[in-house]
Amino acid sequence: MSIQTSKEQLSPISQPPVAKITVRDLNFYYGNFHALKNINLDIPERRVTAFIGPSGCGKSTLLRIFNRMYELYPKHRAEGEVILDHENILDPGQDLYKLRARVGMVFQKPTPFPMSIYDNIAFGVKLYESLSRRDMADRVEWALRKAALWGEVKDKLKQSGTSLSGGQQQRLCIARAIAVRPEVVLLDEPASALDPISTAHIEELIHELKTDYTIVIVTHNMQQAARVSDYTAYMYLGELIEFGDTDVVFTTPKKKATEDYITGKFG
Amino acid sequence: MWSLYTRRRLVNGVNLAISMLAMGFGLFWLGWILWTLVLKGAVAMKPSLFTMVTPPPGMPGGLSNAIVGSLYLTVFATALGTPVGILAGVYLAEFGQRGWLAPATRFINDVLLSAPSIILGLFVYEIYVVHTRHFSGWAGVFALALLVIPVVVRTTENMLRLVPHTLREAAAALGAPHWKIITLVTLKSARAGILTGMLLAVARITGETAPLLFTALNNQFWSLDMNKPMANLPMVIFNFALSPYDDWHVLAWGGALLTTIGVLGLNILARVLFRQKSHPL
Repeated sequence: MSIQTSKEQLSPISQPPVAKITVRDLNFYYGNFHALKNINLDIPERRVTAFIGPSGCGKSTLLRIFNRMYELYPKHRAEGEVILDHENILDPGQDLYKLRARVGMVFQKPTPFPMSIYDNIAFGVKLYESLSRRDMADRVEWALRKAALWGEVKDKLKQSGTSLSGGQQQRLCIARAIAVRPEVVLLDEPASALDPISTAHIEELIHELKTDYTIVIVTHNMQQAARVSDYTAYMYLGELIEFGDTDVVFTTPKKKATEDYITGKFG
Repeated sequence: MWSLYTRRRLVNGVNLAISMLAMGFGLFWLGWILWTLVLKGAVAMKPSLFTMVTPPPGMPGGLSNAIVGSLYLTVFATALGTPVGILAGVYLAEFGQRGWLAPATRFINDVLLSAPSIILGLFVYEIYVVHTRHFSGWAGVFALALLVIPVVVRTTENMLRLVPHTLREAAAALGAPHWKIITLVTLKSARAGILTGMLLAVARITGETAPLLFTALNNQFWSLDMNKPMANLPMVIFNFALSPYDDWHVLAWGGALLTTIGVLGLNILARVLFRQKSHPL
């Protein structure tokens, strides 16, 4: 309890957070395989929520429902409700492209497009807004600054995005996601392919971004979850075992299974 | 008693020697062919080869009409076949996950890829030459384009499949519609590979004789009219090499050398392009 109070005092925003995404009775199927079972969860606004759990537990699957990424594949099916600001995004009437403008995503491996650094950032923006050259240049600079990459690339914006190092590429992808000005940013193991220094950069970045964005991160690295997140969800075999304040989940978990996983007895 | 290690080294040595011998055997014939070609073809390499048209026996002449004819046929056939091939390749790689149409198309394309080229020539003869009642450059272009298409379809599909799936997902996650993902992201990253496929297709049709036999035929005069029979290197080589005249033989060797240099050059270009692009991936 004492940890909880100290956390509350340190927290920059004192009011209890509002739920940005509300998941209600969510089930997900890969063909006949029942991958997510009755998930209920509130993801707080402008906080970092981490999904942890052993491989195959469904944490990435859950993340990819928030921008309906699964729709790229046949036979992937979601049932239930995922409410983003009062609207059920699983409703077929919802505009998929508008949803993806509001919910950005960064993947495990850096995915720079085969074009210049500048065009990588402008690509997403051009899908939604027609900006003048100058406004676009400002937007690109803004996004790169936000992603703490501007200083390293400002003199080589015309160079190919693939010429950057792995860590820089990943920050480029974060900048690209932010440039569209989403409300939610989904991070699917964003640092697992990076070295420790690049990982530290990304984690720092997550800290800074949460003042403006709702962030959901999937990670295999429990230290990372403990370091960067405010809330943690532990999942196992497609079920949500425990969800709560990160400090509580990591120090005094309610469920034995969570404790076993966190202390390394299992998984 | 031999240790296992000695035995392994011995087996390795024997197998390596057999492999080297096999390689040497292949290279020997290739070297011989190229050597003869350069030796005999070099005699024909003079300015008149490029400035004068194919002569009657005993007269001075060159291959200018055949060289230009071959260029015309190749360029038009590539221009016709490549877009069709790329579009079909895109369909197979990007939309061909479900249904029966894509597997069927892929199978037919494979059949077309290995079909003897003379059959494609006969096909165009039946549906085009018979109706227009004369051989023509266009007929040759159609037959060659039918050879280009399957090569381009196959390489386009393969190269697009090499594009990491995460790249498509990343573009989709930004909210890009499917056609934008294809044109701006996947085709762009597969660009070098697709260009390579195109060059290989060009290399393939430059040496083809059989499909031209019933279509473009040949023309001993200078002609750029695509509706008339058109001179081309493979047919000239074929006719002149079979003739009893020595000066025609020299021209045939010259034509063969030119064709070989062209095909070899394109193959090398394709390899260099592909290596440059595939390295950083």
